[in-house]
Amino acid sequence: MSDLMKVSSNPHVRSKVTTSNIMLAVVIALLPAAGFGIYNFGMDALILILITVATTVLTELIYEKAMHKKITIGDFSAVVTGLLLALNLPSTVPWWIAVIGGIFAILVVKMLFGGLGQNFMNPALGARCFLLISYTSIMCNFDCDAYTGPTPLASLKAGESVNILDMVVGKTAGTIGETSMIAIVIGACFLLLLGVIDLKVPGSYLVSFVIFIVLFAGHGFDPAYISAQLAGGGLMLGAFFMATDYVTRPVTKRGQYVYGVILGVLTGIFRIFGPSAEGVSYAIILGNLLVPLIEKLTMPKAFGKGGERS
Amino acid sequence: MKQNSISERLLNGLVRENPTFVLMLGMCPTLAVTTSAVNGLGMGLTTMVVLALSNMFISLLRKMIPDKVRIPAFIVIIASFVTVAELLLKAFIPFLYDALGLYIPLIVVNCIILGRAEAYASKNNVILSLFDGIGMGLGFTCALTIIGAIRELIGAGKVFGFSLMPESYVPCSIFVLAPGAFFVLAALTAIQNKVKIAGEKKGKDMSKIQSGCGADCMNCSDTDCRMRSGGQESKEGESND
Repeated sequence: MSDLMKVSSNPHVRSKVTTSNIMLAVVIALLPAAGFGIYNFGMDALILILITVATTVLTELIYEKAMHKKITIGDFSAVVTGLLLALNLPSTVPWWIAVIGGIFAILVVKMLFGGLGQNFMNPALGARCFLLISYTSIMCNFDCDAYTGPTPLASLKAGESVNILDMVVGKTAGTIGETSMIAIVIGACFLLLLGVIDLKVPGSYLVSFVIFIVLFAGHGFDPAYISAQLAGGGLMLGAFFMATDYVTRPVTKRGQYVYGVILGVLTGIFRIFGPSAEGVSYAIILGNLLVPLIEKLTMPKAFGKGGERS
Repeated sequence: MKQNSISERLLNGLVRENPTFVLMLGMCPTLAVTTSAVNGLGMGLTTMVVLALSNMFISLLRKMIPDKVRIPAFIVIIASFVTVAELLLKAFIPFLYDALGLYIPLIVVNCIILGRAEAYASKNNVILSLFDGIGMGLGFTCALTIIGAIRELIGAGKVFGFSLMPESYVPCSIFVLAPGAFFVLAALTAIQNKVKIAGEKKGKDMSKIQSGCGADCMNCSDTDCRMRSGGQESKEGESND
């Protein structure tokens, strides 16, 4: 009997896209940023990345063993979480910070809520904010061998001038993976070409952020200031790799635009009016919390349900 | 153990119907003041004194209070004791008074106290009501002290002000902030449930709560259940009188 005659249950249309494929693509897309981070900050950065990834994968494995659940580390989502978290840490943090962050990300934010697909908040960002609140002085220490002094965003906030070329290339102080705009954009283009992410969320995020900056930052339409704000801090990393997380962004098309705009406005508010220079991670986790509401409001009507009937 | 004996009432408040971990009542002080073990202990003991005395008085007056105005009557009794407790704290333990601040007057609206008045003291005799209040208060005190001690240990490296962690320990300060209260409460409740479920599987009857809601008829909209458990409890009360 030929394959054509076989009758099986759905899904009938099969695609080669699987969770592990997508996650692997994200890992590959993050490699340029990680590689540049290691080049920029030295072996400390490499060791931190390895520790964080090992912690997240091991935590997931141990939790699932202990709870007698299906082992899901093969889908690489824990690797993505670990890598993203490491890219969000300064290269100077001690190893135990990475371990605590990795355990918190997987155990508390992801597994306790039901594992991949059920987490209400991006695990890497949840862990970053946890660490940022708990160990503020350690997490904000960007003085390493290569760079001393404030991050470009902090100088920008203080009203000093910054070297935009350095910021675009990434030769500045900051967390391991956020400094190089070029490396991040290369990775993002790879994901866009593969179709893993699209421009709905990052596009509306960046555009609304720029509009907010033009309106409220007090610099008017100043290209130098705007490009410094775009290239500085975790905005690019957040917009392309964390705001686009499948689990924590809205599923509806209109919802994704709304979500992007909310993120842009929140980031603008935190950066311009907040006490600290950076606000991308708080903006994204706050946006994550609003996702169920956004989805409820933007759910498309099923065919035949709509129309004005009174 | 005999239903409605003094020791049963104490155990009931401490373990079976622990107000914090089982009934989930009085969450506002639980989350807000447990930044250290001392604060948790102070809050717990203050609440226990008010709870025991108000339970006793409400039980004494239960036949005089008309059913229609019982809630205002309970509130007046509770508020009197809270005022007494507040003034005593202010006079004799001022540092605790400063630390607890607004949460002392808020004991008036603590739902454990009103809940016990409505569910137990207004239907049972004086001695049992007194010990029900003490049991519930002890359960609340234990829970708050444990939460406070864990938060203080992780968030500041101390318990009751004594350093317990090695010099190199870096405090994880989120635990003395508001989110830490939720983490610790959730973890302790999970452990408590785990122990309880394990106990049930072994056949030990650790949770013989009459209704699924923990007899918390105050905050319950299920009137059928209310009538059932209310009727049941008042019958028990009569047989004990």
